[in-house]
Formats: sequence, C-alpha cells, structure tokens
Amino acid sequence: MTHADNRPAHLAHHFTDVEQQKDSAKLGMWLFLLTEVLLFGGLFAAYAIYRSTHIDMFYNAHKFLDVRLGALNTFVLIFSSVTMALAIRSVQLGDRRKALVNLGITLVCAGIFLVVKYFEYSHKFHMGQLPGKFYTFNGIAGSNPHIFFSIYFMMTGLHGIHVLGGIGTIGWMMVRTAKGEFSADYYTPLELTGLYWHLVDIIWIFLFPLLYLIG
Amino acid sequence: MQSPTVANYLNSPTGWKSWLFTLDHKRIGIMYLAAIMTFFAVGGVLALIIRLQLLSPHGTLVSANTYNQLFTLHGAIMIFLFIIPSIPASLGNFVLPQMLGAKDVAFPRLNLASWYVYVFGSLFALYSIVAGAVDTGWTFYTPYSTTTNTSVVSMTLGVFILGFSSIFTGLNFIVTIHKLRLPGMTWFDMPLFVWGLYATAIIQVLATPVLGITLVLLILERTMGIGIFDPAMGGDPVLYQHFFWFYSHPAVYIMILPGMAIISELVAAFTHKKIFGYKAIAFSSLAIAFISFLVWGHHMFTSGQSELAAMMFSFLTFLVAIPSGIKVFNWVATMYKGRISLETPMLYTLSFLFLFSIGGLTGIFLGALGVDVHLHSTYFIVAHFHYVMMGGTVMAFLGGLHYWWPKMFGKMYSEFWGRIATILVFIGFNVTFFTQFILGAKGMPRRYYNYLDQYQPLHAFSSYGSWILGLGFLIMFIYLIHSLFKGKKAPGNPWGALTLEWTNSSPPPTENFETTPVLTHGPYAYDTVVADRG
Repeated sequence: MTHADNRPAHLAHHFTDVEQQKDSAKLGMWLFLLTEVLLFGGLFAAYAIYRSTHIDMFYNAHKFLDVRLGALNTFVLIFSSVTMALAIRSVQLGDRRKALVNLGITLVCAGIFLVVKYFEYSHKFHMGQLPGKFYTFNGIAGSNPHIFFSIYFMMTGLHGIHVLGGIGTIGWMMVRTAKGEFSADYYTPLELTGLYWHLVDIIWIFLFPLLYLIG
Repeated sequence: MQSPTVANYLNSPTGWKSWLFTLDHKRIGIMYLAAIMTFFAVGGVLALIIRLQLLSPHGTLVSANTYNQLFTLHGAIMIFLFIIPSIPASLGNFVLPQMLGAKDVAFPRLNLASWYVYVFGSLFALYSIVAGAVDTGWTFYTPYSTTTNTSVVSMTLGVFILGFSSIFTGLNFIVTIHKLRLPGMTWFDMPLFVWGLYATAIIQVLATPVLGITLVLLILERTMGIGIFDPAMGGDPVLYQHFFWFYSHPAVYIMILPGMAIISELVAAFTHKKIFGYKAIAFSSLAIAFISFLVWGHHMFTSGQSELAAMMFSFLTFLVAIPSGIKVFNWVATMYKGRISLETPMLYTLSFLFLFSIGGLTGIFLGALGVDVHLHSTYFIVAHFHYVMMGGTVMAFLGGLHYWWPKMFGKMYSEFWGRIATILVFIGFNVTFFTQFILGAKGMPRRYYNYLDQYQPLHAFSSYGSWILGLGFLIMFIYLIHSLFKGKKAPGNPWGALTLEWTNSSPPPTENFETTPVLTHGPYAYDTVVADRG
C-alpha cells in the first residue's frame, strides 16, 4: 500500500482512489435504478394489455379517481425533487444547515404524498372499489371493472412502498448530514439517494396520466 | 511452493466469525460453493428417485402426488438454487477480481448480502418442501398454481428472494468489470471468462426484476384474487406464461453463458495455444445476451399465440444458433494443431463440446414450428434441456471446479480418479438422456407418473444410466473431499496458464496479490510466453 497515509477515511481498502470509488458507486446505483424500471415494467405491460382489451371500462373506471388529489400529489413530488437537488447543491457548497432544511422539506413532501394517498385509498375501501374478488362497487359500465382497481392498487401500492423506502433513506441521510459526515469532497450517499428519489418521482409522473387522465 | 504456515485467505483471519462476516470475495465464493454443491446433491438424489419410480410402467415406489412434488422440487432446486447461482456466484466470485488484478469486487458488503439473501431464500424453498411440497412444476403455471392446495406461496416467495441475490451478484460484477480493471488492462485484455460473466450479469440485472414482479402478481392472485391471470375474472393465464418466460428464457442464458465462459479458459489452457477468434467469442456472448430477450415466445407455440407471433419467435430462436455456433467453431479451431493435454478439466471441456452441440442442435428442431407441435411436452424436451443445462453448464462447471480447485484450496485432487469420474459421468449422462430423445420422438409425454408398456425398455435403460451418473458424482465428491485433507500441495500455477489469478500463490493471499500485478502479456499469449507448470 503506497498511499496508506493520505487515504481518506471513507475510501474502502479495495479502491485505488476516491474517484474510482465514486464512479463505481454511481454506476452501481444506475444499474439498480434500471432494475427498478424493469420491476415496474411488468406492471406497465399488464396495464397496456388490459387497457387495450377493456378500452371503455378503463375510461369509465378512471372517473372514480380524484384528478385534483392526483395533481396535488404530482406537484408535491416534483417540488420534493427540486428540494432534494437543492440539498445536494448545499452540501457541495459546504452549507450543512441549508442542506438539512432542504432534506427536511423533501421528507415532509414525501409525508404529504402518503397522507393524500391514504385519503384516496380509504375512500376506495369505503366504496368497495377494490382489487379482484374484493370488488363490490356497482356503477362502472364495462366488463371486469375490478381489473382496473387491481392494476391501480398494484401500481400505486408498489410506488407507495418505494416512497416509504425513500422516507427511510432520506431520514438516514439527514442523520448523517447532521453528524457532519458529508462535505464538498464527499457526498456520494446523498447523491445516490437523490438519484433514487428522482426515479420515484418519474415513475409517479408516468402513473398519474396513465391512471387519472384517461381520455 | 510455500510452507504451511504462510498466511493465505483460508487461514487468515481465523475463527468462525471471520467467515460469517467476511467481505472477502474468495471466501464468499467458497461459501456459495458449499451451499450450491449441497443443493446439487439434494436435487440429484430427487432425480435418482424419479428415475427409480420410472423403472417400470406401473411403478408404485412413490405415490402419484409425491411424484409430482418430486419433479417440481428437482426442477426448482436445480434451477433456482443450483444452476443459476452456480458458476457466477461461486467460481466467478472467486476468480473474477483476481483475473482483473483487483483486490475485491466493487461492493464487498453487497456481495456478502447476496449470500445471506440466497440462504434466506433457500430456507423458504426448503420450508415449502416440509409444508406440503409444491406440485406445479418449476414454472408455476396458472391456473393450476393458483388453485392447488400445496405451498406455492412460500416457494414463489423463496424464488422472489433468490432473485435479489442474483441481481446483487450481477450488479456487482458489471461495476467491477467496468471500474476495477488493472490500470492498463483494456476490454480486449480481459480473459474471456470475464466477458462471459459480463454478458451473464447484464441478463441477471435486466431480466430478474421481471420475474420478481411476476411472482408478486402470482402470490397476490393466489392470496387476494386480483384476477389478472384468472379467465373467469377477465384475466389471461397466457399472460402469466409471457411474463414468466420473459425472465426464464433469458435465465437459460444466465445458466449457459458462464459455462461457455469457462470453456473459453479451459480450451486455451489445455491446448496451450492462443484462443482462436478472441473478439468473435467475446462479442458472441453479448449477442446471445441480446437475442435472449427476444425469443421467449417459443415456449408458447402451442399456448394459443398468434401465428405471426409464433413465426417471428421461431425465426428469432434460430438466430441464437449463430453466436452459439461461432463459439463452438472457435473452440474447435483453437484445439486444431494445439498441444492438447487430457487432464480432468479438458475431459470435461470435450464433454461440453460434444454434449452442448447435441443440445444446441436439438434446440433448433424445437424452434421449428411444425416439429415443435409434435415434440413439445415430450421427453424430447426433457432430453434437450438436460443436454444444454447438464451436458453444457454442469460439464463446464465441473471442468472449472477442477481447474480452479488447486487455486481455491491449495490442494491437488487425484487426477486418476478425476478421469474415471469424468468418463463415468459422460457415459452415464448419455445413457440417461440420449435415450430420452428417442422416448420423446416416440411420443412419451414428460411428467407422467405411469406410462404404456411399450416405453418400458427405453425408460429402464435411462434409469440404468442415472445409476452410472450417480456413481460418477459419488466418486467425484469422495476424491474432492479427500483432496482437502490428503491432497498433494498445489503449486501457484499447476496448469501453466497465463491469466492473472495463476501469478499468485495457491491458495491466494487475503489481498489477492502481494504487490499490485503488472500486465506483461495477454491472457492467451501462449504463442509468445511459456509459463512453467509450478
């Protein structure tokens, strides 16, 4: 080991330098995001197939989703992506306090998203607009309206789990930022969390029109 | 040669904790190897019981229900617990960083997590054996899988979890290959084993998530009746087949590509000749990975797919033969005028070339639409995929295991018994499975508990073959275990091979190399460099 003395503490033993470690982490994260896209891809494929075979039913069923709440959530998530990016910018500029504020706002937005989702879900539970065999609602014209809600709950549910994962990770990043683990020289975990959070937003940006805005 | 007290990755650090919490890719590879070989033995014993049941047309060794569970477990264990992780997670983990001159894989903690996730997923799979074994076949086709009262949920949950371990390994390898190569090592300086694992890793990362969501949908279908795959509720059971094979056909290449990758190493090392067509072999791996995503429909030629779709899938299936053929011809061309030494790994290489060619060619038969209508769901299929998976991947795996055994454990196995076992495995395999081509062509359906008397002689012959095969494996297990305790000490480079992992001692030091290695020649520069054996 030639540079044993000037290796920073966060540099793992098997990497030659900080650059190599950072590049590896980023590539790994992008590959992980790719697996996420394919995970949701299966559901998008199911959506495309059943929408093409049930065009009228999908149109009739989508009217029972609240566009205003969906739009509100879309706005909340896009805004949280901005604050996430600002948090990383603040760390790059060495402003720990500002980074914490921005991460906090991101966390609150994620919370608001889930609260809105909770009200939407409980309304549907109340109305009996549930997946598959639990579907009891009467009043949607077209065959097999339960399929729409199977897909709706699968897609938004899987997305919701990812939001929960994001809340946990962002919270953990706040703790590490508060402890002063990140600086302008080293903020890779924060950057990776940002990438993940943007993916969660992008998936929602596809879900919103596909489910709420069927024309 | 080194004295026994020299520190290496096996003896330093010491203590069971140093193994359970190890971040060393070599130790994780060994832990994977132990787990994988255990499941291989379990799956093999299940296969022997199946063959014993089929010895006579009205056999009653096990009940019909138990028989269904036996072939399901044999398939599920061999596919998900053995063959998918086999080469990448055990041999790949051990060798890949060394071949690149790296100290470890890019994410050592993720690597260890992958092993624990694998063990955790295996426990689920084992639990479902105890709690009313699954009888659906390893493909879990709906609607049967949503209505049978066996433990489909715990089994599919196990497979879902195992998928994560596969993704972790693949992701780790891609990043390692991109970022941790020795300074100065270009993509075309990499051994072909690395190229093969790279192509495999791409499929692992891209296909496995789709299996994950498919199994989640299946579990929800079973537990909550979401109706996606249930025709009574407007769903489509064939959609399940599409989803399943969108993963599981590429998964076949997750199994065979690492086998091909090993053969590229062995064929050069044991003919002591520069590999013929390096770039052709490297790119054909990527071509196979690419085409693998476009052929899943050939599993559904008889499931009510449109004729146009069937024709396109048939055509795309034929395309796979091109990169596969390129590889086989290049390996044979490498052997031409080479100095071939017939040690155990080379015997397995020759077995691979012979058996994989038969397996590949019969795949073309099955890809042809008219022929497939006659042969689908018969023993012809069973024989075909055993020729590719066992005759291909397992032969390559065993070849690789013997090739790197001295490096892994610092001990030589018995060459004499090694050759005997290889010959027994080769003969036993052909007796068992070539017979099944004939059975299938005569119309014997797969997965049947009893059968017509006319098939009896061939079935019995196949069962005799399974005993020869079993004997071969038994001998192999005995001499390999024996070598760990009584084997001759292995030198650093027993085969005179030129890739980087042979430049260090056997077993390698904890950090892989005493000093950062310097790349002085290509991996197959047998025409210019002579490496002494020893």
